[in-house]
Amino acid sequence: MRKTAPSAILLAIGAYFGFVVAVAQFHGISAFSLGLPSGVIATLAAGCGVAGAIWFLFANDEVDSWVPSQVMIALALLCLLTGSYYGLFVAPPEQFMGEVQRIMYVHVPTAWNALLAMTLAFACAVIFLFRGDYKWDSRMEGAIETGVVLAFLLCCQGAIWAKPTWGVWWDWDPRLTTTAVLLFAFLGILALRKFVEDPARRAIWSAVATIIAYVDVPIVYFSVRWWNSLHQQQSSPGTVSKQFWLPLRLNAFGILFLMVAFIMLRARLASLRLKSEMAPPLPEMAELGEAV
Amino acid sequence: MSLVLAAALRKELLLQWKTRTQFMAVFVFGATSLLLFSFAVGPNSEALRLYSAGFLWLGLLLSSTLTLAESYHAEMENRALEGLLLLPSDPRALYYGKAIANWFQLALLGVGLVPVMVVLYDAGTTDLLRLLAIILLGTAGLSAPGTLYAAMTSQARAKQTLLPLLLFPLIVPALLASVKATSLVILGDPMHQLPSWISLLTAFDAIYWSLCGLLFGRVVEE
Amino acid sequence: MQDTLAIDAQNLARRYGRRWALADVSLRIPHGRVVMVAGRNGSGKSTLFRILSTAIRPDHGSASVLGFDLVKQRYDIRKDVALLSHYSYLYESLTAAENLQVTASHRGMSTKGLQEILDRVGLGHRANDAVHTFSAGMRKRLSFARVLLQQPRIVLLDEPYGQLDPEGFALVDEVVHELVSFGVTVLIATHQLERGGRLADDAYVLEQGRLIWSGDAKECPSC
Repeated sequence: MRKTAPSAILLAIGAYFGFVVAVAQFHGISAFSLGLPSGVIATLAAGCGVAGAIWFLFANDEVDSWVPSQVMIALALLCLLTGSYYGLFVAPPEQFMGEVQRIMYVHVPTAWNALLAMTLAFACAVIFLFRGDYKWDSRMEGAIETGVVLAFLLCCQGAIWAKPTWGVWWDWDPRLTTTAVLLFAFLGILALRKFVEDPARRAIWSAVATIIAYVDVPIVYFSVRWWNSLHQQQSSPGTVSKQFWLPLRLNAFGILFLMVAFIMLRARLASLRLKSEMAPPLPEMAELGEAV
Repeated sequence: MSLVLAAALRKELLLQWKTRTQFMAVFVFGATSLLLFSFAVGPNSEALRLYSAGFLWLGLLLSSTLTLAESYHAEMENRALEGLLLLPSDPRALYYGKAIANWFQLALLGVGLVPVMVVLYDAGTTDLLRLLAIILLGTAGLSAPGTLYAAMTSQARAKQTLLPLLLFPLIVPALLASVKATSLVILGDPMHQLPSWISLLTAFDAIYWSLCGLLFGRVVEE
Repeated sequence: MQDTLAIDAQNLARRYGRRWALADVSLRIPHGRVVMVAGRNGSGKSTLFRILSTAIRPDHGSASVLGFDLVKQRYDIRKDVALLSHYSYLYESLTAAENLQVTASHRGMSTKGLQEILDRVGLGHRANDAVHTFSAGMRKRLSFARVLLQQPRIVLLDEPYGQLDPEGFALVDEVVHELVSFGVTVLIATHQLERGGRLADDAYVLEQGRLIWSGDAKECPSC
């Protein structure tokens, strides 16, 4: 409990500025803002919220994470329901794109969180290679799988947006194309994990592959952007004007908390599987107090 | 380290020489792929010429999975790689020896496929020096991560499918840049875009030759 | 100050999947001794040798080999320890001479004197033949040559008599005597308890990954 206290504090601050103040401001009530400029409020909300969520993820034991993950899911549902309400029913349709634009309220948050999931996978991979503690391998597996799901959703959302807008399912937008490449790269890493039986090798090799794939992400982005700029003049889904920020932010937190919950649950499964794959500690080792 | 690197490189080249008939088989495979691509497009000489660079690099990429996997066959038969590590040998030297040898073989393959491309797609060029430079940079981009991944997949199940699965998404930037650059050399470069693509390729190579060398030890040591 | 022990290992353990291949094995081996490690198939002899040669890491325990730490100073240990493994560590498409050249050049050693070593192991007449034409016994001899080439201070022989003919057996015995005369510490893992017992000074007996007996080779009960 003590370990997760800082994350609870951070989440509370983030919740206050990201949820309470934001909703109040949207409805014209500025009493809750405490006199802070909106830039500071936004930074506090985003910074504390994300930091709190990640701290929560790492502070909880990866096996004993059933209750914490349910807490996250509850928070996620709250944010997503509120965000969807504002996004679908309250926010006005966009000037040029019309109702189709509403997909941005899930598309942009999914994009941020997909990249965040992959970044977490990268961080876990690096930490595992230095520390050798298998809980980082389990967390990495959770982050990769969750990131793959989010990346897949992102590609679907991009296609759903593109078809009514441009008449084609895929428009080679650099960000979306990079996501597709990222999706395949990390699917490959999941395949690698499936085909290697020895847990030690599986962990080290997939950590190495994750690092190599993650380093590639900016390179892929720049190369595709270059490659595409010679042909494409279409605008891409992405920019959202300021009055639409509330549903975006709410959904962003919703998906963030859902992502954290899924990573925790998936890491828990991976840890349990690892325990069954590896021999239980020798009785002598238990006496010496050495952990597996 | 340089001592072991020289020894490793010599060993790799010696092994490649001893198995040179396999190289010929891979070359035929590459040439056949180029032929098949033309059937996929149809006897449209304009289209074939336009996409010739893409076909060349796709053919090279497919062939690379064969040569990369083959380069570890000799190491894994009798665990010769472990034998070298125990001598002791610095894993980085072993990696660079193998990566350089694989690079050499892929570049040779690329150069060999150019005449096939010229004949099948009517895609010739007089700028042979630039073409050679692009082939060298592009194959270097395939060799570095390929040598690392082949070390893993040669010891895993489903090795034939796993190597392309891991390698192909990763080398997208190198593929893009190589195809674009080759295309510009064959079809003309009125807007002087070639230097940008060459710099992208060089950056990719620099990053992956260093990163993969660092990580190789963790992959092959138990 | 010279270490009195060539190998000083405590509580070595290693698991493969759900099984502890080696559990709580401790050894104290002085310099220049011939030590037999006996045990049935699957008793952990190969795992022990692979750990001591630093081919694999132990999951638990620690050891000092020639004064170097087993986990932190692997590179230094590898310079002076040679392993004759189940795996031949040979390149099939290269000749016997070329295989030894590869070994020598990776160790920064001169490639002169390779023919003598090949003659010593009885492969002098096959120096320029590719390994894939060799029988199992000849590969074993070539692996032996590889070990001798490294001029190690500790030699770990994992089933050295395997696949050899009676001449080969005699060769192994001769070579072990020679190595000992140079002060090399020799560990032999073998089923051939009588042969091993005659050569060895000390013996350790493993069963299911655990040490069940250690002491003078002459008094070994299951030998």
